[in-house]
Amino acid sequence: MNKLITFLTVIFMAKLMYAQNIEVCSTCSVSTLTEAIAQAKDFDTIIVKKGTYKEHNITINKPLIIIGENYPVIDGELKGEIITIISDDVTIDGLFVINVGTSYTEDYAAIRVRKSKNFVIQNVVLENLFFGIYIEKSNYGKIYHNKIIGDAVEEYNSGNGIQLWYSNYIEIEHNFVEHVRDGIYLEFSDHCIIKNNVSEQNLRYGLHFMFSNDDLYQDNTFENNGAGVAVMFSKKIKMINNTFKENWGTASYGMLLKEINDAEIIGNTFQENTIGINIEGSNRIVYKNNNFINNGWAVKVRGACYANSFLENNFLYNSFDISYNSKVNDNVFDRNYWSNYTGYDLDKDGVGDVPYRPVKLFSYIVNRTPETIILLRSLFIDIIDFSEKVSPVFTPDNLLDNNPLIKKATW
Amino acid sequence: MLKILKYSFYDLMRSRWSYVYFAFYLLLGVVLLFLNNDLSKAVITLMNVIIVLVPLIGTIFGVMYYYNSKEFTELLLAQPLKRPSIFLGQYLGVALSLSMSLILGLGIPFVFYGLFKSGAIWDFSLLLITGVFLTLIFTALAFNIALSNENKIKGFGYAILLWLLLAIIYDGVFLMTLILFEDYPLDKLSLVGTMLNPIDLSRTLILLKLDISALLGYTGAVFKQFFGTNFGLIVSFSVLVVWVMLPVWRIVFKSKKKDF
Repeated sequence: MNKLITFLTVIFMAKLMYAQNIEVCSTCSVSTLTEAIAQAKDFDTIIVKKGTYKEHNITINKPLIIIGENYPVIDGELKGEIITIISDDVTIDGLFVINVGTSYTEDYAAIRVRKSKNFVIQNVVLENLFFGIYIEKSNYGKIYHNKIIGDAVEEYNSGNGIQLWYSNYIEIEHNFVEHVRDGIYLEFSDHCIIKNNVSEQNLRYGLHFMFSNDDLYQDNTFENNGAGVAVMFSKKIKMINNTFKENWGTASYGMLLKEINDAEIIGNTFQENTIGINIEGSNRIVYKNNNFINNGWAVKVRGACYANSFLENNFLYNSFDISYNSKVNDNVFDRNYWSNYTGYDLDKDGVGDVPYRPVKLFSYIVNRTPETIILLRSLFIDIIDFSEKVSPVFTPDNLLDNNPLIKKATW
Repeated sequence: MLKILKYSFYDLMRSRWSYVYFAFYLLLGVVLLFLNNDLSKAVITLMNVIIVLVPLIGTIFGVMYYYNSKEFTELLLAQPLKRPSIFLGQYLGVALSLSMSLILGLGIPFVFYGLFKSGAIWDFSLLLITGVFLTLIFTALAFNIALSNENKIKGFGYAILLWLLLAIIYDGVFLMTLILFEDYPLDKLSLVGTMLNPIDLSRTLILLKLDISALLGYTGAVFKQFFGTNFGLIVSFSVLVVWVMLPVWRIVFKSKKKDF
């Protein structure tokens, strides 16, 4: 907050002292953005009037505020990168940037920020793009209220909506991203905050973390992506109150965790995904107060997952609640609500008197021979599941929820 | 044929068993809704019940009805009536009255619970349609068994065996086969295996609605085409129709030749 205030004050002061406005329009004395930037002094404001500006390779090399009035169109004519920011304290507001060039050797972006601090990119609309907003080795920036609409068809020749690379302390809020490769992609980016974004119908992931630590993402919606969120090789990430919906397909997950340690997953909703959460090599993660509704597999544990705890989650009408592929269990399940629980509560304390076994023998069989999925909900399967429940042979016998809730967990 | 159908139907409508059957479903529906407070979960539980119980009741009831009305049948045979119309009339009488008990027994509590306003209506109608199909199929199979066996005890034995075979044993063998041949591509085999058993087929049909997200988890082009599109629904329904036609055709065939 302090940083924000200082930053705003600096801009405000700067503006008061010697900032001036430069207007850009087709009939003005300055008719292109490039020209305006060349004429401007530090901390000037450039106002771009409504119209179409066919420009690309616009380099912003001094602290400027660029404001578009009524969404002027910056058309890159598919020739390459459109706006590159290489100075600190640049603000871009209200532009409509279209037609970024596609390249197989260079990542052309609609707006790129390179080695700069304190940038603000807001109310920008991007269409027909390769990469959208590309932040490269830049810190303390804000990306607010942008709309990125791609038309990606294949993974190899499409780019990401918002990409962060070696950039820390970035805030990404209220953005809408659809039809790109990865909606939002973070690589080597720490301490970022991602809030209230909507990322849908992307080819690969709605949100993708690689080697990024201490990030927070909250209240986002991920719908109908190749996979909702992939979190890989990262530490201490907080995932709070997000919604993961309808990520369907053979390799589709609501959330994919791979080599994640010490994360918190709290208050999320996973609905109608083929796999709610797929966990691989992830340790010390707290899953609390999440809703798993109508998923194929609510949680699929692939292996090398230790000391995770699942507390007070609701597992509602999933085809499989938990699936394990080994007999070893080091994770804790406690006080969850399982819609498949058939026990009773004689002492009326709201906790079932019989422990619940979330892993079914059938899920073990399906892991081994996937085609057997066709026998789901058959009477024979119910019988063998029951016998396995009575005396576990193939599934981990200490994998129990000792205190299954009788009523849905509320928080 | 219609006249015999009418007589069989009215006869069954007056019988105690139809009411028991109807009352059972009514009770089941009410209790499920009362305990679950949730339509979609009740539909899943109902699916399990329908897939197991409807075939059982269809076979037992069909066999029972045939043996009980044997004297009436012999009386009818003395009249100038076509044989297929006698047996088909009786068959349809039984099957329709059973289906009616099923539809009314389950339908009434669900309608009162607000089915028409909920999203579960399609799942529920699919459930009833498969229930009716299963009744038609298993009553026909029961008539086949009864026509081929003069001995009542044997007939009942075969009927129960048939149910046991299709409802449980078949799936066990099917599962073993799939596990045994897991190194080979199995998606076609598993689909064909499903088609060959009407109970599995109806189960799959309902799975298509309820567990589609899990079914899509398997990587197989044939599976994907089958489950991901309406193709699966259409094929399943047509095979169910074939499953009704075959035993009915055999009733006609057998009744023409049978010596009474």
